[in-house]
Amino acid sequence: MHITADRDRCVGAGQCVLAAPAVFDQDDDGLVAPMTFDPAEGEQDNVRQAVNVCPSSAIWIDKE
Amino acid sequence: MTDMLDTDLPSFPMARECPMHPPAEYKEIRQEAPVSRVRMPDGQLAWLVTGHELSRQVLADPRMSSDRTHPAFPLALTTEQRKAFQQNSRLSIRRSMIGLDAPEHGPHRKMLISEFSVRRIAALRPRVQEIVDRCVDDLLAAPQPADLVEHVSLAVPSLVICELLGVPYEQRHGFHEWTRKLISRRTAPEERRASADKLNDFLEALVTEKEQGEPTDDVIGRLIARNRENPVMTHDEIVGTAILLLIAGHETTANMISLGTVALLENPGQKAQVVADPSLLPAAIEEMLRYFSIVESATSRVATDDIEVGGVTIRKDEGVIISGLAADWDDSVFENPDQLDFHRGARHHVAFGYGIHQCLGQNLARMELEIVFETLFRKAPNLRLAVPAADLPYKDDASIYGIYSVPVNF
Repeated sequence: MHITADRDRCVGAGQCVLAAPAVFDQDDDGLVAPMTFDPAEGEQDNVRQAVNVCPSSAIWIDKE
Repeated sequence: MTDMLDTDLPSFPMARECPMHPPAEYKEIRQEAPVSRVRMPDGQLAWLVTGHELSRQVLADPRMSSDRTHPAFPLALTTEQRKAFQQNSRLSIRRSMIGLDAPEHGPHRKMLISEFSVRRIAALRPRVQEIVDRCVDDLLAAPQPADLVEHVSLAVPSLVICELLGVPYEQRHGFHEWTRKLISRRTAPEERRASADKLNDFLEALVTEKEQGEPTDDVIGRLIARNRENPVMTHDEIVGTAILLLIAGHETTANMISLGTVALLENPGQKAQVVADPSLLPAAIEEMLRYFSIVESATSRVATDDIEVGGVTIRKDEGVIISGLAADWDDSVFENPDQLDFHRGARHHVAFGYGIHQCLGQNLARMELEIVFETLFRKAPNLRLAVPAADLPYKDDASIYGIYSVPVNF
């Protein structure tokens, strides 16, 4: 799996951090800052949930 | 629906039969037409969206405007009340991010995002715990029956948001009363205008003081400093932002504490589970947020173009109410939505809205709720309602649902 995050679209709700805390973080501006763009297999369900709950479609899966 | 005469349209807002459940009509309306017409108290027609996916679609659509000064923006107010709100040129809250559209909205929100990140909020946890301990101790020292709302539900989020924003807590009686009047549909137009003016004057004075003095180490002080380095907001917009953060920071969480406590007391089996294992609380709180979805009023919009939604065309300049409560009881998405199920594991509710306006303070709210429920039931294991849950004074008249007082024994 490979993911992309768009900081311009991010509104800093923090939903991705709650859904997949091992993959997503927020930087000092509060905007999305993935810790990896290639989440491990055990994290992929959480990543799908993070993508589903992001309110501004700022993260997505490029490659399953 | 299309054959219906205008006079046959359902009125909005709709009454509840059970205080813990949405109006029963939502389910029928969703099954018949998840995007349908309703009549507002001022006589205007608006669209009501009751399906979950359609709600997210509308709230994410950049052609839907949040401009509360638009004549068709659905406000659950009479014509006179609407005038008192929309024609009050002093009410700076209209110039806060909740009423702004892209591209104006983003820079305003970005001025505050760092203050409410998951990490920043987590760092506040020890201080919030101290505040909650003090409030729960106050409740337990009060003569019984004591009011949970006064001692805990309203006190905790008010203390927290005052400290965060740099607003003197001693002034709470003023802003509590003005907020109550502003969100109640029973408030007469003149009183509504007066309450709005007082809230505006209060925060106008506070922001001016912070602008003129030494920089203060609080959210408003830091916002002013940030805005000096990189000007985004006018003085009026900072005042509006302060009003928004103060109202949103206390009233919403207060109501969730009251409703959540009643829900736990009425569901002793589920309560026993979270008391025995507080690590279940975050999931329980997501479910409470879904179940009550207390803020229906923030998610209205007005179309800036003709927009197809769920097979109907919403015309430019028509108002749309997106009911988060109806969406979060959509049984095609949440099975048996009337069951409060702490093991549901559903995070995709729209209790905090959806799209670019989704609640900025949601992680603060989650943390306050978690600490309150954990502390309350640990310190007061025999907590119980002093009156039947059905007899509590629910906020049927308010644009943010909740309970006015919750008498408890312990």
